[in-house]
Amino acid sequence: MGLVSRGAAEAGRGAASAVDRPGPPDAVPNPTPTPPAEGADPGSSRPGMVLKAFFPTCCASADSGLLVGRWVPEQSSAVVLAVVHFPFIPIQVKELLAQVQQASQVGVTVLGTWCHRRQEPEESLGHFLEGLGAIFSHRPWFQLCRERGSKSWSCKATHWQGPASPAASGEDQVMLIFYDQRKVLLSQLHPPTALPDRQAGDTTASAGGLAAVFDTVARSEALFQSDRFDEGPVRLSHWQSEGMEASILVELAKWAAGPVCLFLACLLSLISAASACRVFKLWPLSFIWSKLSTCEQLRHRLEQLTLIFSTRKAESPAQLMRKANMLVSVLLDVALGLMLLSWLHRKDLIGQLADALIPVADRVAEELQHLLQWLMGAPAGLKMNRALDQVLGRFFLYHIHLWISYIHLMSPFIERILWHVGLSACLGLTVALSILSDIIALLTFHIYCFYVYGARLYCLKIHGLSSLWRLFRGKKWNVLRQRVDSCSYDLDQLFIGTLLFTILVFLLPTTALYYLVFTLLRLLVVAVQGLIHLLVDLINSLPLYSLGLRLCRPYRLAAGVKFRVLEHETGRPLRLLMQINPLPYSRVVHTYRLPTCGCHPKHSWGSLCRKLFFGELIYPWRQRGNKQD
Amino acid sequence: MEDEQSFSDICGGRLALQRRFYSPSCLEFCLSCPRITLRSLTAVTCTVWLAAYGLFTLCENTMILSAAIFITLLGLLGYLHFVKIDHETLLIIDSLGIQMTSSYASGKESTTFIEMGQVNDVVINEAIYMQKVIYYLCILLKDPVEPHGISQVVPLFQSAKPRLDCLIEVYRSCQDILAHQKATSTSPEGGDKIISASNRRSHSGMGAYWHRQEDKSEQDHDPASRIGHSV
Repeated sequence: MGLVSRGAAEAGRGAASAVDRPGPPDAVPNPTPTPPAEGADPGSSRPGMVLKAFFPTCCASADSGLLVGRWVPEQSSAVVLAVVHFPFIPIQVKELLAQVQQASQVGVTVLGTWCHRRQEPEESLGHFLEGLGAIFSHRPWFQLCRERGSKSWSCKATHWQGPASPAASGEDQVMLIFYDQRKVLLSQLHPPTALPDRQAGDTTASAGGLAAVFDTVARSEALFQSDRFDEGPVRLSHWQSEGMEASILVELAKWAAGPVCLFLACLLSLISAASACRVFKLWPLSFIWSKLSTCEQLRHRLEQLTLIFSTRKAESPAQLMRKANMLVSVLLDVALGLMLLSWLHRKDLIGQLADALIPVADRVAEELQHLLQWLMGAPAGLKMNRALDQVLGRFFLYHIHLWISYIHLMSPFIERILWHVGLSACLGLTVALSILSDIIALLTFHIYCFYVYGARLYCLKIHGLSSLWRLFRGKKWNVLRQRVDSCSYDLDQLFIGTLLFTILVFLLPTTALYYLVFTLLRLLVVAVQGLIHLLVDLINSLPLYSLGLRLCRPYRLAAGVKFRVLEHETGRPLRLLMQINPLPYSRVVHTYRLPTCGCHPKHSWGSLCRKLFFGELIYPWRQRGNKQD
Repeated sequence: MEDEQSFSDICGGRLALQRRFYSPSCLEFCLSCPRITLRSLTAVTCTVWLAAYGLFTLCENTMILSAAIFITLLGLLGYLHFVKIDHETLLIIDSLGIQMTSSYASGKESTTFIEMGQVNDVVINEAIYMQKVIYYLCILLKDPVEPHGISQVVPLFQSAKPRLDCLIEVYRSCQDILAHQKATSTSPEGGDKIISASNRRSHSGMGAYWHRQEDKSEQDHDPASRIGHSV
């Protein structure tokens, strides 16, 4: 008790004496190396080393007391977490630290003393502070001092041989690094992208230094629970000591989240069970579902919603971010869809669209007919083979005629269908865009059919030509060996082969022209659909919550740290300010991208050109059922 | 303490190197790039506007002129904010790490910090740049898999591109601090690292002949004291 009352008296008087006669902090290192004290770690500092003390900026104006934190021997740095003020009972301080240590698995100890005084300190205070060093044995023992109202700091770190000979202590230079405790607590470090041949275990081991500081602060939340309005035995100063901060909305949301999530999870499981029932697995329906991109989008959204509203808590910060990103993406989608719906209804666009759809389809069919008439004549001055031309032209014209009849058959129902489709926009803009893409695919189905006919015909011709060309030269394709071998043909084989070859060669321009025209039309439709899918993918995968966080709270997503040297006077310790370096936007998008359906073109431009040349059918995106060519 | 020297970059422009010595373990170098000149600005603006006027006389559409003004303004702002670097700063803190900051003309700063545990060495390398061979200062990062290997090379002062005399100044100070850091390092293989570093320096290839010349005197004295230290 004597210690406590004396401490109170000293602090109350405010008088101070020279508690430390600091040798200049950048003094030359001890010529004789001091062997480390018995209680110290084997890896602790050697003389002449610079120790680092991470000091929270919130404690820079706190009253004198004890420094509480964690000592990291590998980096020879001390992370100060809080300041314990006078008066205190050492036993209670040790109990509190033991509690915190158990709760947070962080080795929190008393690191040294903190002195915030008005003038030069007194002798007695100096001895008192040194006496504290004997009670809380920690090596090295830090003594930080600051003059009130000025920017001059002094710090000393001592290793003691024992209480009998304090004069033989070795001193080290100390470098002060200030950090904003709240920001470091809330931020999440993103180490630079590891090379693929490294394993995760190695990177955490080598990330070292600053990651350890962030980790220490983040895990010591138990220490920051008590504020100055608590009536506990020990008075602490840290970032929350002015009162715990919380937001009413967040608390309400957390309380309401439980029942709401449960209810929605049940609802969603009902829907998924209904959609997974056997009726939908029958052949025609399953084929149609796999072709429509709307179904894929709906399934994707259902999966995302199931994940968001699942009653299991997120295990890691990455999972939490993913959930938040999905939720914001779904909300934005629905908001955009509702805006689209209101815009459509305000201008009564659905009625206009329905009225315009049939004439547009008619117009497209008419244009196609004109195109075929042109091809049946002398297109671009080329001379076609009249008979084949007429056959192909009449074949396609008949198809168009069929198509127009079907469209006219459906015309009374168009407006109803479109109205219901427009309603689906309230499920989200992505669903509306997928439906648009499917409608385009359905309306241009005849172009797709023409393309397939033209491509098959052309492909057949090309294969025939190549085989007969080999025959012309006296060679043959060896299927067993997968190579071209020479072969001796009979005379009649050669004769017929050459004849057929000539016929095919002269019919080639006609077929090639039809193939070219319909492939171009098909590629145009594919391009339009591709653009729509790109837009849908963008809305699906953009991590909007992470981007918003980066914009509004840049310290939450940290790529690293940056240091600034504060005012420096010779003879005083070096002071640095550690700030958080936020993650650049491109890395935010790259790290937190949501996985999408992944309908990306699978082949490169080279293989695409090759397929076009040989007349193989191209599927620009793989359908979910992985339909083969 | 602070001092300033003037150097030139590889194209002949004037650079100013400011060195701030905070303590034996903390050093800052600030290299200022040549400023944007009125001549180049005027030349670009005149070109863009003449081209726009030429188009205007062809098309008789006044939108082209307003578009040209818009493009010039936006281009200038974008250039100042994303391209033009005003000065580059290198801050070395013994036992913490090395920090590089690039400050753009619009005030934006982009910072990278490399922890000392990842730094293998700071060296001057040669490179073929367009039609020239230039020298550049770079930081070699350690490979976590192989302790003495190098995983990455981080070049410094990429937009200032100073010449060799300036680089040697920076290199010498960096090496002083790195040597001091390795001598007081807590890791048990601290001694080995110093010896291997000095070996690598002496074998580091044809372009690094000045290593041997400059550091020859150091190497004669150092191995003895370092070997004593590691034992």
